Amino acid sequence: MIQFENVSKRFGSLEVLKNVNLDMASGHCIALIGPNGCGKTTLIKSLLGMVIPDEGSIHVNGAEIIHQHLHRAGLGYMPQIGKYPGNLTIGQLIDMVRHLRPDQPIYDEYLIDSFGLRTLQSKKMATLSGGTIQKVSAALAFLFNPPVLVLDEPTAGLDPLSSETLKLKISQEVINGKLVLITSHILSELDDLVSQIIFMQEGRILFHKSVEALLAETKESKISKAIVTLLAKTVNS
Amino acid sequence: MIRILKYVILDIIKNRLVLAYAIILAVLSWSLFSLEDNSAKGVLSLTNVVLLLVPLFSVIFSTIYLYNSAEFIELLVSQPLKRRDIWLGFYTGLSLALAAAFMIGAGLPLLFFADLGMSLILITTGLLITFVFVSLAMLVTVMTRDKARGIGLAILVWLFFAVLFDGLMLLLMFQFSDYPIEKTMIGLTSLSPIDLARIMILLRLDVSALMGFTGALFRDFFGSRSGEMISMALLVLWAATPLLISGLRFRKKDL
Repeated sequence: MIQFENVSKRFGSLEVLKNVNLDMASGHCIALIGPNGCGKTTLIKSLLGMVIPDEGSIHVNGAEIIHQHLHRAGLGYMPQIGKYPGNLTIGQLIDMVRHLRPDQPIYDEYLIDSFGLRTLQSKKMATLSGGTIQKVSAALAFLFNPPVLVLDEPTAGLDPLSSETLKLKISQEVINGKLVLITSHILSELDDLVSQIIFMQEGRILFHKSVEALLAETKESKISKAIVTLLAKTVNS
Repeated sequence: MIRILKYVILDIIKNRLVLAYAIILAVLSWSLFSLEDNSAKGVLSLTNVVLLLVPLFSVIFSTIYLYNSAEFIELLVSQPLKRRDIWLGFYTGLSLALAAAFMIGAGLPLLFFADLGMSLILITTGLLITFVFVSLAMLVTVMTRDKARGIGLAILVWLFFAVLFDGLMLLLMFQFSDYPIEKTMIGLTSLSPIDLARIMILLRLDVSALMGFTGALFRDFFGSRSGEMISMALLVLWAATPLLISGLRFRKKDL
């Protein structure tokens, strides 16, 4: 569904992405992990069109997306830290995004309802807490029922109950055949959610494996431990 | 573009700073017109206020607003929208909101107190100056990633055109007063949107004698209909060029 071919990007003298090749298929929940500054955000941003790669190509459903914009109708994006115009209300913000995508009139309002955002409709964005802003971001990402969801640290800042609601929703969408790309630092959270892991380091893809393969290879039962074991192995060898 | 524009305006008109801007302009214009018995004098005093305050507020407010909207711009970029439309949406939203504040603050008292011809020229130049300095703010924000540096640059842009440029012109006039530099001076004036606007207004007010020894020549050039048209076109160019450059850079910018 999504292919990265030899994608490279440098910011000045810093090479952030080095010849990245990836193939991601629908029906999977893929976790993108790696140390700070390894190029995760740049990778996501180049898929979303915020960063324009220096070299290589990115295809979504077979179509080249660099310098294009229409494919983003099939993308839902939840930023790590959402910041919205402070004087707009939640209702106005949701209306705005609906107006921006007029040819997608079928909405998935499950998260708006289950996060209780409807009762907060007339609250201004500037008055909301960080967690509530995260809920708005999540609701916006899922609103158009997009085949690809990109979630940047989705559960950071959410209370345990909302966090569970969101995780349940993510699993459902994966079962519905969507491709969900998650970045997270909280590895324990990924266990019952993800089916594939992409590990990045210094702008390269260190490995891209299914969770079963990873667990079998390291003989561990948890993703977090498996990754630590695998990293220790690569460092030693 | 219009879809973004609507919500940018909705956000800005509820901004307290813009409200304060409109109120300050209104208080200044009402008081200036009540102090002066001659409305032409009122217009003259208001001209000086408008030519300092409008560019200052337009450039700094727009710069801060754009930096604060960085994450929002990212969200818009992740939607199926052209970057050009996002950028134009922000420009027109900012320009129209600030133009509305100017019209309410200074436009209404002008139409109320002053002679129609005079007030129209001051309103037109005030609006054009708003568009020019919002456009310059767009260029400043696209050029620097750092907010503090960007705001500093915006203040510098204002300082240069509002204060320093006049000083440089004066210096030039003294240094080369033995040479026939009048035509050059007219050409140089077009390098500063604020000076262009000032000369246009002062000539319409018929106080060109106040402008020193090149006054007569300016009168010949700017006072005529065609001169006025040319200077207005130059101001439009001053609004369009920075916007165009900033738009081209924004299309390739990594957010």
